[in-house]
This record gives sequence, structure tokens and C-alpha cells, in this order.
Amino acid sequence: MLGKTASGIFWLFRYLERAENIARLIETGHRFTLTRNRGRQDEWRSILSALGMDAAYRATHEDHNAAQVVDYLLRDKANPGNLRNLIDSARQNARTTRTAITRELWEAVNECWICVNDALKRQVREADLPATIDLIERQTAQVRGALENTMLRNDGYNFSRVGNFIERADSMARQIDVKYYVLLPSVSFVGSSLDNIQWETILRSTSAYSAYRWLYPGRASALGIAEFLILDRRFPRSLSFCYGKLTDNLRHLAMSYGVQSASLAEAERIYAGFASLTAESILEDGLHEFLIEFLRVNRNLAAMVEQEYRFHH
Amino acid sequence: MATKPPCFDEMLNEDGTPRAAYSAYHKWFEEQDVTHLKQKARDAEEFFRRTGITFAVYGDDEAEERLIPFDIIPRIVTAREWTKLSRGIEQRVRAINAFLQDIYHRQEIVRAGRLPVELLEKNEAFVSQMIGFTPPGGVYTHIVGIDLVRTGPDEFVVLEDNARTPSGVSYMLENRETMMNMFPELFSNIRVRNVSDYPKNLRASLSRVAPAACNGDPVVAVLTPGIHNSAYFEHAFLADQMGAELVEGHDIRIVDGRVAMRTTRGYQPIDVLYRRLDDDYLDPLIFKPDSVLGIPGIFDLYRAGRITIANAPGTGIADDKAIYSYMPDIVEFYTGEKPILKNVDTWRCSEKDSLAYVLDHLSELVVKEVHGSGGYGMLIGPAASKRDLADFRAKLIAKPANYIAQPTLALSTIPIFANSGLSPRHVDLRPFVLVSPDKIDITPGGLTRVALRKGSLVVNSSQGGGTKDSWVIEDD
Repeated sequence: MLGKTASGIFWLFRYLERAENIARLIETGHRFTLTRNRGRQDEWRSILSALGMDAAYRATHEDHNAAQVVDYLLRDKANPGNLRNLIDSARQNARTTRTAITRELWEAVNECWICVNDALKRQVREADLPATIDLIERQTAQVRGALENTMLRNDGYNFSRVGNFIERADSMARQIDVKYYVLLPSVSFVGSSLDNIQWETILRSTSAYSAYRWLYPGRASALGIAEFLILDRRFPRSLSFCYGKLTDNLRHLAMSYGVQSASLAEAERIYAGFASLTAESILEDGLHEFLIEFLRVNRNLAAMVEQEYRFHH
Repeated sequence: MATKPPCFDEMLNEDGTPRAAYSAYHKWFEEQDVTHLKQKARDAEEFFRRTGITFAVYGDDEAEERLIPFDIIPRIVTAREWTKLSRGIEQRVRAINAFLQDIYHRQEIVRAGRLPVELLEKNEAFVSQMIGFTPPGGVYTHIVGIDLVRTGPDEFVVLEDNARTPSGVSYMLENRETMMNMFPELFSNIRVRNVSDYPKNLRASLSRVAPAACNGDPVVAVLTPGIHNSAYFEHAFLADQMGAELVEGHDIRIVDGRVAMRTTRGYQPIDVLYRRLDDDYLDPLIFKPDSVLGIPGIFDLYRAGRITIANAPGTGIADDKAIYSYMPDIVEFYTGEKPILKNVDTWRCSEKDSLAYVLDHLSELVVKEVHGSGGYGMLIGPAASKRDLADFRAKLIAKPANYIAQPTLALSTIPIFANSGLSPRHVDLRPFVLVSPDKIDITPGGLTRVALRKGSLVVNSSQGGGTKDSWVIEDD
């Protein structure tokens, strides 16, 4: 497989994952707007922060009113990382990797692009927002379905999964960081019982709401949530879960190529680190510091993969 | 007002009854419900959109990607007609390869006084670096597309030979897929010759011209200028269908005297490069020095037998419009036979008498730029305004050697499925030919392009042309 092709598949699924995260954040933000009367604009600001977009947003916009933020996230030309551009980039990468992805996967990506573009031609009215988000989520789910059902479990598949989980781990760490750092400025809150609204939004925006309720009915504590989002091996978005998948796929690559892989060793090191951690120890040593360090090593792992498998010349 | 020359309709006789080739299809068509067919036509468009079969139009930001309109009425040729046609095509393609071999070696045709030497010497498509070099297997044009028009029941005329990098074969294949999806019952009842082996044959054909340096199964790659090229879909499609890598210049480097592509496992040598890039951009050390699309140094390795380039550099001379008028001579010179397929009568404006004739009859003629393609820079006399005619007259006088002129042909028509029902439109046909050392393989049918605007003779997709599925049916 060409290095460029590996890169294309890797980025196709990074962009797709990123687009899905944006859709989910908008869904959460919108729900928050409808159910809570206070702190509306704070919630939108924290969403933009989680995406690393708040500074750029404030440079061109005065306040955080819902319609404006939603448009910024979905399609505003002032925002190069808007959802429409992400889907466009995902498709562009799919076009350059036609020789390595199945026809079904290509068609699913192409259809996703067509539908999302149609839906986002004009600013989405509030009345249409739930249906639009739903459409985006269903379209991206079809892409994932096509990958799972039709792709050979070869290096191409591994690169898609590595891209997917690097992006997911990055996004999760940012979202946890924003919630704890922005919404709970005083450290004394951490460990005490969280206020209902806060924990609900953290869980919703990470797709963890119902899973967490099944596992811990009626119990919500900062400790429990931190443990769930960072360390739980059953929850498919936890940092630990992401690294389980990353080590699996990087191991598969190293084995099929018959190489000693530095990126695999690094992923294994990070994954093993989760086993020795507890939520208490993370909170005690500083959650923010933990997450910042995690984001750094995660970025570094991505760079190692790109270099090891010759994505660029 | 000049009366339009009568033209041949391929589906219907003058009395409205179907011709033999169309009898089974026409019967089926008559039984169809029009609303149902309209739905099918929309389904077909949706199918193309969903599968991403698009082309880019240069300098058109608004619609960067467009669909080529597809018409659901097929072009049908009988096996008997096809046999004759394909013999003519094969003869012509053999002659083209012999011609290229000759002009890059002893130039017997010039010595024999059958072709003026200036046509080679002053021609930009002549690549002097090819002189004295014979490509692997002696094949110059591995892939050829011959543009034909039909002017009568038994008359196909060659409009143009595409000997560089003919495009459109992906549409031939996808048109058939679409038709089989839309109308499976037609294919159960009518025996249409299969086209779907083309990618397999292309790969086999390219593998047979592997360079001396190749050991084992030849590694084939398709070289594309990139995702913004108008034919990018086709490049990706063919690479995918052949099981070859799709590479761009920056994926390639010269490693240990081989042209190699950067893979996830390291650099891997390429044996046969099917390049969809013009000569000019191929090697900045030889051609355009500022080209970033090509591969510096590839030409030296080519000459050293370290890689095969398909088509060979310098084949463009064979489809040059100035050379075209000599094609009947060329065919006869190299095959010793009379040409089976006719050429269109052509006036070379470089010749004084011809220029005078062309200027006198401008409003009746089609005038083409010698180096133009894609239907650009062309004058269709009978359809041109007074102003267009005056503009072209000035151009002709200024640079006569840049132009050739031809009579306006009575291009055949085939109906399209229009809102009001069947409506005749002019068509051409581009069969695709694969050449390997021991074999010439012509896919039955080809790409039919259709001028969708009523009365128009321009079939190019860049100018509003569409396509049809093209059938060769077995004789009963």
C-alpha cells in the first residue's frame, strides 16, 4: 500500500470521528439550551473550548448565542474546521484511496458527503436542527457499517482504526478537560457530589449517558465519572479503551509487516500505564495535568505512526 | 437558407420502422410505460451521483464536479457491422504503431516521399529523445481510442485517432453497469457482447510489455496528475479495477536505478507505468522543467530498460491533426492494404490552394486547430454567426498552418429519451483498443458520445455532450 494511501485512510477516519464529535456536542448543547435556563452561553463556550475553537470564534463573533455557535460549528466559512469541511475532507481522502477501500465504503462516504452538503446548504433553522444532527449521525454510522462489513482486515483496516482511535482519544481528553477545568474552577468541588446538570452534560456529550446509568444507577460522582471516561475498558470511548484498540491495530500492523514497531511499543507503554492508575490517583495528582500530558503523548504517537509507515515523503 | 444534409438515423428507417439492429430493443421499448422510463432515467442519474462518477470542469468554480449526462437509449451495432469496423480499427492501429516505429528510426515514409519532413521536424508532438529507441515489445500505443462517426448504413469514418492518453473508458464500463442495473430484462433477452473484461485485459496487456529489469510478476501503477484533474475518477477507477496503485509524481523517487513508489513498507520498484499525464509533464529534466507532476530522471531509466511507460512518449505525433490528413497514405504504406476505414476529406490550410478554398467556403466547413482538443478552438461553419466567421477568417490568415478544415459531415443520429419521447441527436463512437506485442484487443462497442442539444454536432462532455451505453449484439 502506498504511504499516501495509508495516510488517506487514516485521515478519512480521523475527520469522520471529528465530525461525529461535533455533531454530538451540538446535540448536547442544544439539549442544554432547551432544558436549562441559566448559563446557556457558558455551555456553548465550553463546547467551543473542547474543540479548541473558542479563541478563533471570539475573534469574529461577539457573543455565544446558540444559533451563531451552531452555524459556526456546522458550516460557517470563518471556521475552517466546520463540520461540512470535515466531511468534505473525509470524502477527499476517500477519493484518493479508492484503490484501497471497498466500493461500499466509498459509496457510503460519497453519499454521506452528498446528504450533509445538501442539509447544510443554508443555515439550519432551530426547528430543523434535531433532524439535521440525526441525519449526520446516521450517515456517518453508515460509513462505519460499510467499513466493518466489507473491508478486508488488512493494513488498510488497521490504519482506519488507528486514525479513528487517535482522534477519539484526543477528543475525549479535551472534553473531560474542559468540563473539569472550566466548569469546576475550584478544586474543592472535585470529589464532592456533582450537580446534576454538570454530570449529565459530560456524559451526554461523550455518548456515555445511558451506559453510565446502566452500570451505576443513581450514583454520580466526579470520581465515578472520571473513572468511567478514562479507565473503563468496556466503554468504547474511554481513553483506556481507545488505547486497547490502538495497541491491537498497531500490533496487527507490526506483525503483518514483520517489523519491530516503535509506535506499537509506545502505545503499549501508554496502555499499560492505565492499568496502574485509579481515578483517585489521577484526581490527586491533578486531572488537568494528567490530560495535558495525555494529549501530548497521543499527538506524539500519531506522529510516530505517520513516520513509521511513510505517510509523507 | 441552406438545407440540412440528410442524415442517417441508426434506430429508425425513414418510414419509422426500426432497423435490424434495433428490432428487439424497439419492440421492448414500445411496451414500456413512459413514466416508468422517466423514473429509470432519474434512477440512472442518482446511481452515477452516488457512485461519484464525475468529472471536473476547468475554471468553473461553482460546479467543480459534474455528472456527464447519461441517456438510457443504447447505441446498437450488429456483430456483422462490428466485424468490419474492428478490422478497420485493427488495421489503422497497426499502421499507427508501424508509423511511430518508423519515424523514430529510419523514416522510410519520408524517404519514400509520402510525408513531408517538416511535418515531423516542426511538430511539437515529435519527441526527438525517442529517436533510435524501441520501447519494450515494440509497442508505442498500448491504449488507443479511435473516434468514429457514422454517415450511412455501411459507412464509418475516422474523425480522430487518440494515441496519447485516450479517456472515457470508465464511462463505457459504468454505463454498462448502470444499464444492467436499470434494465436487467433487456440483457436476458438480447445477447450483448460483454465489455467488463477491459480492466483485466488492460492489466494483462501492460504486463506483456514489462521492461528487461522486471523480475517476477510485473508491478503496474497508474500515474495521475492528481485529484483536481478532470479525469481523476477514471484514473482511480482503472487503478482500482486493475489492482494497481494510483500514484502521483510525489509518491515516486528513483531508488537503485529503478522508478519506485513510496509504500508503507518502503520504496517498491514499478515495472510498467500507465501514465495519464502528457509528455510535457512527464520528466522535468527532459520536457517542461517546471513540471512538478512528473518524475525527474524517468526518461533515462526508460531508455535503459528499467521501466515501461504506456503510452510511449512521442506517440502524440500520430494523432496530430496535421498528420491526420496523411493517414490513408500511412495505412497503405505500412500495411500494403487499402484503408478499410475512411478519413474525412481534409484541407491543410498550410497549403496555399487549400487555404484559398477554405476561406471561400468557410460557412460550409468545420475548421479545427491542429493542436486543439476537447472541441475547443473549433469553428462549425454552418452554425457560426457572421462575427465568428469573420474572427476565424482573421485567425486563418494570420496562422494558416495552425488549422485544417473539413466538410460538415452528416453525422448519424440515434434517439435520446427526451421529455417529449424519442428525439434524434447526433452521436460519435470511441472504441478502445489495447495493443500488446502479440495481440490487438478491441473491446466490443466503446463509448458513444451524444450531442444533447438538438441539431448540435459537438459531442464533447466539456461542451454539454452526454453518453450512451454501446452494444454489439450477436446476429440471430
